[in-house]
Amino acid sequence: MREYRLDDEVDFLIIGTGAGGGTLAGKLAEHGFSVIALDAGLYFRPLEDFASDETEQEKLYWLDRRVCDGADPLQMGGKNSGKAVGGSMVHFAMVSLRFRPEWFKSRSLLGYGADWPLDWREMWHYYRQAELALSISGPVSYPWGPKRPRYPYRAHEVNSAGRLLAKGAEALGMQWTETPLATVSAPRGKSPPCVYRGFCRFGCSTNAKQSTLNTWIPRAIAAGAEIRDLAMAGRIEVNDAGRATGVRFHRNGAWHFQRARNVVVSGYAIETPRLLLNSATPRHPHGLANSSGLVGKYLMTQSNQAVFGRMDDEVRWYKGPPSLTITEHWNYQDNKDFFGGYCWMAQGPLPIEWAFIQTGARGLWGEALRRDMMNYNHQVGLKMVGEVLPDTRNHVTLDDERDQYGLRIPRITFSWGENDKILIDHAIGQMTLSMQAIGAREIFAQREDANHLAGTARMGFSPETSVVNADCRSWDIANLWVCDGSVFPTTGGVNPSLTIQAIALRTADRIKAMAQHGEL
Amino acid sequence: MSWNDATRRAVDARLAVAREPRFFAAREWQVLNRLCGRILPQPVDRPAVPIAALIDSKMRRMGDAGTRIEPMPWDGEAWRLALTALDGHGFMNLDDTDADALLTRMQHGALASDAWSRVPPALFFAKRLLPDIVEAYYGHPTAWSEIGFGGPASPRGYVRMDTNRRDPWEATEARDEPEAALRANRHVR
Repeated sequence: MREYRLDDEVDFLIIGTGAGGGTLAGKLAEHGFSVIALDAGLYFRPLEDFASDETEQEKLYWLDRRVCDGADPLQMGGKNSGKAVGGSMVHFAMVSLRFRPEWFKSRSLLGYGADWPLDWREMWHYYRQAELALSISGPVSYPWGPKRPRYPYRAHEVNSAGRLLAKGAEALGMQWTETPLATVSAPRGKSPPCVYRGFCRFGCSTNAKQSTLNTWIPRAIAAGAEIRDLAMAGRIEVNDAGRATGVRFHRNGAWHFQRARNVVVSGYAIETPRLLLNSATPRHPHGLANSSGLVGKYLMTQSNQAVFGRMDDEVRWYKGPPSLTITEHWNYQDNKDFFGGYCWMAQGPLPIEWAFIQTGARGLWGEALRRDMMNYNHQVGLKMVGEVLPDTRNHVTLDDERDQYGLRIPRITFSWGENDKILIDHAIGQMTLSMQAIGAREIFAQREDANHLAGTARMGFSPETSVVNADCRSWDIANLWVCDGSVFPTTGGVNPSLTIQAIALRTADRIKAMAQHGEL
Repeated sequence: MSWNDATRRAVDARLAVAREPRFFAAREWQVLNRLCGRILPQPVDRPAVPIAALIDSKMRRMGDAGTRIEPMPWDGEAWRLALTALDGHGFMNLDDTDADALLTRMQHGALASDAWSRVPPALFFAKRLLPDIVEAYYGHPTAWSEIGFGGPASPRGYVRMDTNRRDPWEATEARDEPEAALRANRHVR
């Protein structure tokens, strides 16, 4: 791997190597730019470093200090953070879905949220690029939305839990399909086909999973980029001319300064606004790129409620990827009394997570808990990914407490809105019908759960109403960019990683075009 | 074939966890042990999962990091405050039935005293107490066997994905015919 010196002024210094930053690093390097990508986490080698163990693999999460408040404080950890080269894609559930086209114009077409400054047809092109780059395994034809080509790799075998979703959906007259997943169903390069070990959400120890870590990062390095791990960015420096000059970062026990012509922040919806706010100067007293006052605002999550039940049959839901089948029915139906949509997928929680659900949703403990847990192999469930509306009351600010680097920590404030609650109730009702249709007994709902994040540096049409433009370029500082899920104006009812990658691919192409026109 | 080296290292370290407290003070340790025994009562015919020791180890490693939910302090301090508060209600002197009744009141937020001011009983019970105890227990191979979880499987993986199918190395359920299950499980390993 090529390594740059601190006083080398690289073309792009990217902070974060997840779905946004890792993808962008690969594509920008392939476009011929000099690139350094920093990550606060370790550069893991899956074959040597990854255990089949829920607790051990917490090493992949961002567990630095954070304060949560609001009426419904978020639970930070595995579902919404990552601290490793490759970011949270190292432990993502591999679900790789496209947005419904109308969501890019949800204000104009559907009457809620905000429009994106992006066109769905252009995104369709970049979704395809991302799907090819990750060799997504999926169905030949996808039941919802505009036509798309068949997925690059055939769909995976469906496990018992996935079949039960299908049975329930058919009973309700809904379409279902095999979930497009970023784990290969046949060999690809150094990746063997998925062996269905089921620890997907805790890091793939065989490299069957196609994450940033084993797709875009190697491509970035091959194209001459440097991946600098264990490097925590503390501050972006800006000169008197109002341009970013580089980044102060902590590595090997000391602070350093890396020069760069352009700085890209790809820290996701908590660390991105935190870094911009922590980089305040007398000329930018409210943080960088924040003349709109919107840095940290409109924090969104996705509703992740579930319904569980018990079958007489053995389901053994721990085998295979947890979400092998999906129905997006309610993402594409508009005859409902709330805004936004949701999908649901089959489930396969491992023992600790299942115990968390039993204690969290049902409050079980004592002998009742231990006895109930013994039905583990007969449990079945459905879990939603639902759209949460952008709301100014939900935000990331700086707290006065500090972390191990001496940096002010983020305070994360979240409460469900009225529309969110109605959507969740609707989803729980529908998933309950599906569980009843398959003959599940002792059905219960997990009402309290959320997962992916978005917002906090939204893209838009004007400097007054957004932080970055359609090219992820900040309105205030021409060589400061944000490229990750924080640019989402709305979050849709599907997992966000493929959309983040598509945005990064588009941004890389736009940067190349702008460079050719002398517009950088 | 089904446990790679990284998995073995992680589980070995868990089985070898120090049985003496290194984070909690002597009295807190006693209260914690009683509490773990009530939240997850274990059979006496096998070695117990050392739940309290695993929590002690976790708090020593990461008791002042992670997510803090207002108004609770960081996890380690929250645990200490809650154990002391529970002790203040005479938890150690109650018989099992009354101890469980006290814990039920804690779960429903029905305990009140100044000792709970920074660790609201219901919030701590739901967000710290239950998760930490069940994580320690259900992360232990003894518990995996108890619930019939097939367990770590890297690089071997699983093959039989369908309903009512088990891979040959997975145990069959005892159900109503323990003798038949014993015979079927003789070659499972």
